[in-house]
Amino acid sequence: MLASSYKDEDGHISVSGSGAAAAAGGGSLRNKKPENTAFKQQRLPAWQPILTAGTVLPAFFIIGLIFIPIGIGLYVTSNNIKEIEIDYTGVDMSSPCFNCSQNFSWNSTKSCTCSIPFQLDQPYESNVFMYYGLSNFYQNHRRYVKSRDDSQLNGNEESLRSPSKECEPYARHDNKPIAPCGAIANSMFNDTLELFYNDPNGTKVQVPLTATEIAWWTDKHVKFRNPGGEGSDLAAAFQGTTKPVNWRRPVYELDSDPNNNGFINEDFIVWMRTAALPTFRKLYRIIQRRNNLLPTLPRGNYTLEVVYNYPVRSFEGRKRMILSTISWMGGKNPFLGIAYITVGSICFLLGIVLLIIHHKYGNRNNGADVSH
Amino acid sequence: MERIHWLRHRCRQLLAVDSERGWYSPPDGLPSKDSPQRGSGKRRTVFARYGPHQEEYEAVSKKYKGNGIRTTKYSLLTFIPMNLFQQFHRAANLYFLFLALLNWVPVVEAFEKEITMIPLLVVLMVIGIKDALEDYRRYLFDKKVNNKLVRVFCGKQNSYVDRCWKDVRVGDFVRLSCNEIIPADLLLLYSSDPRGVCYIETANLDGETNLKMRKVVSDLSLQGADFTPENFTSRIECENPNNDLSRFKGYIEHSGEGRVGLNSSNLLLRSCTIRNTETVVGIVVYAGHETKAMMNNSGPRYKRSQLEKRLNTDVLWCVVLLIVMCLASAVGHGFWLKSFKDSVFQVAGETSPALAGFYVFWTMIIVLQVLIPISLYVSIEIVKLGQIYFIHNDLDFYNEELDSRIQCRALNITEDLGQIQYIFSDKTGTLTENKMVFRRCSIYGVEYPHLENARRLEVYEAEQNEGAGRTTTLKSACSRKSLSCRSLSCNRSSVSLHTLTAESSEEEDQLSNHAAARTGAFCSRMAQDVVPDPELVRKLSKLCSSNLHLRDSASDNISSLELTYITDFFLALAICNSVVVSSPSQPRHMVTESQAPVRSLEEIKLLFQRLNFYSFSPPQIKGSPRSFTSKLFTRGKTGSFAFNTPPSNGADSSDQDLKNSQESCKLKSEVDPTDRGDSTATGSEEDLENFSKEKGGGDGDARNVEELCRDMEPEENGDDELLYEAESPDEAALVYAARAYHCTLKGRSAESLLVDLPGIGSLAVQLLHILPFDSNRKRMSVVVRHPLTGQVVVYTKGADSVIMDLAETQKGSEQVQEFYCKIKEKTQKHLDMYAREGLRTLCIAKKVLEEEEYEVWLKRQLLAESSIENQEELLLDSAQRLETDLTLLGCTGIVDRLQEDVPETIEALQEAGVKVWVLTGDKQETAVNVANACRLLRSNDQLLTANCGSKDALAALLEELLIEVQNGENGEEPSFDSTSSFILVIDGRTLEWALQEELKESFLQLSCKCKAVICCRSTPLQKSKVVQLIRDKIGVMTLAVGDGANDVSMIQVADVGIGISGQEGMQAVMSSDFAISRFKHLKKLLLVHGHWCYNRLANMILYFIYKNVMYVNLLFWYQFFCGFSGAVMINSWVLILFNLVFTSVPPIIYGVLDQDMPADTLMKLPELYGAAQTAKVYVPATFWITMLDAFYQSLVCFFVPYFALSRSDVGVLSFGSPVNTSALLIILLHQVVESNTLTWIHMLVLVLSAALYFAFAQLYSAFCVICSHPTNLFGVEKLQMSQPLYYIICTLTTVAALLPRILFRALFNSLHFPTSLKTAHRDEAAVEQYRRRMHRWNLKHTAASSLPVCADNPGLVPSEDEVMS
Repeated sequence: MLASSYKDEDGHISVSGSGAAAAAGGGSLRNKKPENTAFKQQRLPAWQPILTAGTVLPAFFIIGLIFIPIGIGLYVTSNNIKEIEIDYTGVDMSSPCFNCSQNFSWNSTKSCTCSIPFQLDQPYESNVFMYYGLSNFYQNHRRYVKSRDDSQLNGNEESLRSPSKECEPYARHDNKPIAPCGAIANSMFNDTLELFYNDPNGTKVQVPLTATEIAWWTDKHVKFRNPGGEGSDLAAAFQGTTKPVNWRRPVYELDSDPNNNGFINEDFIVWMRTAALPTFRKLYRIIQRRNNLLPTLPRGNYTLEVVYNYPVRSFEGRKRMILSTISWMGGKNPFLGIAYITVGSICFLLGIVLLIIHHKYGNRNNGADVSH
Repeated sequence: MERIHWLRHRCRQLLAVDSERGWYSPPDGLPSKDSPQRGSGKRRTVFARYGPHQEEYEAVSKKYKGNGIRTTKYSLLTFIPMNLFQQFHRAANLYFLFLALLNWVPVVEAFEKEITMIPLLVVLMVIGIKDALEDYRRYLFDKKVNNKLVRVFCGKQNSYVDRCWKDVRVGDFVRLSCNEIIPADLLLLYSSDPRGVCYIETANLDGETNLKMRKVVSDLSLQGADFTPENFTSRIECENPNNDLSRFKGYIEHSGEGRVGLNSSNLLLRSCTIRNTETVVGIVVYAGHETKAMMNNSGPRYKRSQLEKRLNTDVLWCVVLLIVMCLASAVGHGFWLKSFKDSVFQVAGETSPALAGFYVFWTMIIVLQVLIPISLYVSIEIVKLGQIYFIHNDLDFYNEELDSRIQCRALNITEDLGQIQYIFSDKTGTLTENKMVFRRCSIYGVEYPHLENARRLEVYEAEQNEGAGRTTTLKSACSRKSLSCRSLSCNRSSVSLHTLTAESSEEEDQLSNHAAARTGAFCSRMAQDVVPDPELVRKLSKLCSSNLHLRDSASDNISSLELTYITDFFLALAICNSVVVSSPSQPRHMVTESQAPVRSLEEIKLLFQRLNFYSFSPPQIKGSPRSFTSKLFTRGKTGSFAFNTPPSNGADSSDQDLKNSQESCKLKSEVDPTDRGDSTATGSEEDLENFSKEKGGGDGDARNVEELCRDMEPEENGDDELLYEAESPDEAALVYAARAYHCTLKGRSAESLLVDLPGIGSLAVQLLHILPFDSNRKRMSVVVRHPLTGQVVVYTKGADSVIMDLAETQKGSEQVQEFYCKIKEKTQKHLDMYAREGLRTLCIAKKVLEEEEYEVWLKRQLLAESSIENQEELLLDSAQRLETDLTLLGCTGIVDRLQEDVPETIEALQEAGVKVWVLTGDKQETAVNVANACRLLRSNDQLLTANCGSKDALAALLEELLIEVQNGENGEEPSFDSTSSFILVIDGRTLEWALQEELKESFLQLSCKCKAVICCRSTPLQKSKVVQLIRDKIGVMTLAVGDGANDVSMIQVADVGIGISGQEGMQAVMSSDFAISRFKHLKKLLLVHGHWCYNRLANMILYFIYKNVMYVNLLFWYQFFCGFSGAVMINSWVLILFNLVFTSVPPIIYGVLDQDMPADTLMKLPELYGAAQTAKVYVPATFWITMLDAFYQSLVCFFVPYFALSRSDVGVLSFGSPVNTSALLIILLHQVVESNTLTWIHMLVLVLSAALYFAFAQLYSAFCVICSHPTNLFGVEKLQMSQPLYYIICTLTTVAALLPRILFRALFNSLHFPTSLKTAHRDEAAVEQYRRRMHRWNLKHTAASSLPVCADNPGLVPSEDEVMS
């Protein structure tokens, strides 16, 4: 081998020498010699990851060591989140809302109210988020998702008058353009939920619910805009349009607050952001923490008063009200924590297995190395 | 460079297309519809354009094509429609189009309408731009060719005027001078050469560099110096245009006179070059696209690589998967729809579930379209281009001498290089240099070893080994010369024809660079310098000296008979050929009046006459030496005296030799009492003795020989002016060999040859006939009138087997016969020895003809020449009649050295599990020998020879051999030596039978069991048949490598054809897929590049499919949660661009740059090549494993986010965001896991891909307020990426998804033994590298300290490092 390397060397020296000679000798001589660059000769310095038990070992242990604590952290965080879910669909005879659910359809004009008592075993600290949840509601259906006119919702006058074809068959009603058009808007959730705290002294205190800042800032301020611009009369702006078929009130009467009315009504905006899965929840209200000393929702009995407008029986859906505190990682979800712990443990275990394998078989490689 | 290859490829392609479109009439003489129908309809009539037959000319010539050529596909206007039309011929594009159109159907619409157009548009644009560029280059090229100027006769001005090529019409007279390129197919009417011939070089057409002679139409040649086009009134009838280069039939009808036949020797073909002739005039008979050159552009050969075939089945699986997924969705949607009635989220409830399901099916096809990896095909093309780029730029394939790189002509079969199982190699020029050098010879049964010559060759070899690239070394300098030797006195025109592809024009440029070097065809310096054998020189010197001291030699030791043999031998070497002599100063050496003879010629003749006792009369027995001269030159036929003892005995034996000769002479005279003159026997003997003595003269001793040798040298330098252009390298070698012995061919004309003879001086030899070489006869002959005896002598040179047979029947006494037999025996022995040494052997023989005999023969020969029907047969017959009863003079051994590193290469290839077959036209012994030399054949290999006389014999033999082989395998199983195996040697005749239907099977069976097969004496057709047989019947990947025109068919048949650009022109190169300059390059090409290319491409394809399946499945899983409605949770732009942009470059980089093993390891361990083949990367198993992995990953990638977010208030797109991001990370990191090498380029591309995705998503979500309708991303990504949950999910998903793959790899690499072996070897290589580097470091430092020169040249040391590492 040494001899051959000598030879190579000599050969090479002569090559470079001749190159110089050629360059000096014939200037016009075109040299087709490929460039001797690392790239062209495929000699780029490269990292060659050979995955063997030995090399992968540390990675597995490291992953295990990182994931398990994260998992525990997530699990604990998730466990600290308090959440209560109340199904008020009224499927059961015993349910207070049974009557409402039985009699109700989109066409009925009389509102039906029912109240569901529930109990909080623990006080809810910090801000409490109030959600409504629907099950078996396919807000992600392709045709449903499509059935909206973003341009109209962005305050475009023209789209207001002549909604996009995508909204069909909810684009026009009685020869008037529907505002907001489309199936999503048409099927907007319209139950009203109110929460009362049953003070141990017998009084029923309404829990103040904040209806703003439940939508994304970008949606509220950029994507959704009322026609006619800021501060103008909404009723006038929506002149010539009609409300969606299933709605009780036109869009400009959704709220009394002008900043939360029309297309920029946050309940509407929240609804318009279609849910990913057929069982979903949407933020309804926020219960702000008023007093740092008192919990936002103290332990005790509560009553949920529902103005039951939204029919779900036709598709065997369920309606829920959820109260939840949230953490940095969002709502209550033990899955991630468990998953992290599991994956971390698997990695750790595999690491041990690989360690054994490495000790058993890795030696052979080393032996080969040594022998050469 | 690639572009040029493309161009070439395209050029051909389009010519094929053109023919479909009727650009020119279909090849092969099929009557074309629009050609002029006259008489049989297979003819065309040509009149002079400005001649008296104006009306006819107008009528007839309108239909002929002009000389302008157009090879472009499109014009400016038609580009877009035609290119689109072309592109939509591809299934892939149609699929895209179909999807795009499908998306316009409202009920199935999945994305915005524009979006599905994007992939289509991108593909169309990329290909369109490429096509346009290529077409533009073609256009420029056409323009260049069309606007070249040529002198054309103009009737109005009555003179020759310059005109563009494109304006030349059929019927024009064209005048060309030396070195001009012929613009159209011309009928030669006039040549400035007095004999009415002109020479053309067809290198542009077929790559043959030798000059070919063309003749003026036979009755015109005598018209004298002036050719007047205006007086040309004849009518030419000829065939319709066809593509047969060697065939041209027709006649020329002079007004009022008879017809004269025309044949291909009257036709000057377009794109050939006029050489060695001052002026020629021809009339255009075919122009433009109707010329033979243009029609001969065969279509492109599209080779489909094996991998692509496999890929197609996998793509079919993808289609099946797609359909299954879509059907599942359709059914699912139907059922889902059925379970709901009038729910608020159902938009249009009136469609029935079945119909809705049907719609969903099509929607899903659009949504899941990426599952069909259409972009894969584009990516593969790009990857292959990249691979080609690296192959092309490999420094190891660079040949310093020729300044040439590897040429990659086929772009789509790089990966097949990694799958080769059989190599079929030509011998001459492929394994060997094809630089023929005279090595040794045997005359009169005496062998002259030419030891000096051998030593000299070794020196050349050593020089070559030492500094392959030293331009200053003799060797490289001359080999460059040898390449450029095709043009001699004339500088090559630098403009190439359009039939030449750009590549060969490059070649040409390269050649013109070396225009300064001037050497004859096929004559490297090495071939020219033949060091004469001292013994032979000494003997030959007798001839010189004998003239003066005829009678006073006492110390002579050479029989005069032997001398006649020697003289005849060299005379035959010098004149029995078709070599054209030229010198730089003079276009061609015509026979001029002989210069003053060195010694007085008259004197010699006188001398000879004095000795001339009686005139020669066959079949007489020798012994009546009426003339010494006749004896000298006739004895070869009639008898002989003695054998020389082997030359090894040296001079001592020579005395005895003479005695022997005298004795035998006496003996003969005794034996033959019937001899005419009794007294003459003794007389002759005396004479002879005297003569010998005289010859020996005073200078018969060694000193004089040396002097003579020294004398010769300056003379030789003077001769260097002479350049020989030969048809074959062997011929040139022989002429040079003769020249080394001062038997110099000085000039040639149609009737005579000018030859210098040692001691005699220049003699004009009257040339009576040349019976040219043909492969049936395997010999050539010249009939000359002997300059000294005046007799008609036939000199024959040919393959030993043939000559030996022909020299068999000798008439004469037993004694004479016995004597002949001895010469023959000895010669045969020498022949065998030469063959064993691997020399190419030729036998030289002569025959003296009686005048009457000659007359008789001449008549028949003339008859044969003049006959039109079966002329060839008659000529053959005539030649065979002449070439009988030959007297064997001797034989020559020409060495064709093995190329460097051939044995190593073959060894490595065999270690790699590749079977190497040698298919050669050489004789068996030579072939076996070369096989031996290149280590194809080992000492302990068993040689099975199959030379059978009949088919039945072969059948039996095959059976027998098969049993033998089986026995050998079974019986010796325990002690079976790994190196011992069987080699089958089969000759051409037997091969013919073996290839027949009945014996094919057993032949195959046998050959499969053999380590190697050597087919000798095989024809080109047989070569291709063998390749075809193996390829089709065994179903293996074959590679054919060759350098000559006879290898073309084989190269074309094989899966991979490799041409060696060597001595024999460009034909093999033109038809090959890759053209290399040395055989040894094959090693790296296969072992390294083939291995890499295959692995890269296979991995890339798998990765691509994995990527698509994995990504598409995400969408599919989502269908379970959206009622199978075809909704997507990912923005449609992101969805489309994901494949097209975000993840498209990394696989390409992976496919171009990945190296599963370093190059030097692959070179060092050829078995890895075979191992890679057996453990195929791309087999169904790996495909399905990949698919499973893809499924798993997509499940993880979808369901981790699903479970993490299912109970939250997540929106559709907010859910898609982490899914998509995880998918991207998984896909990119998956590649990192799969990659064997990661360079900064990989890293850069990976990082850029990810960055591009994030940037795009961010920007899109920040600025696109109401666009991208159902999947408006506004604000989503921004919000998502600001939440820790997003990262938590992505991390978990990525890790969990890649875990199994990493684990699998780790376990596989740890447990799988060969791989660990591999690693060990690699480590070993690394250790070695380290050692080398250390060593070099040491050297460098010592060098730097001792040699300050090195410091001046800093480039030296680093570059060295680069080379080494």
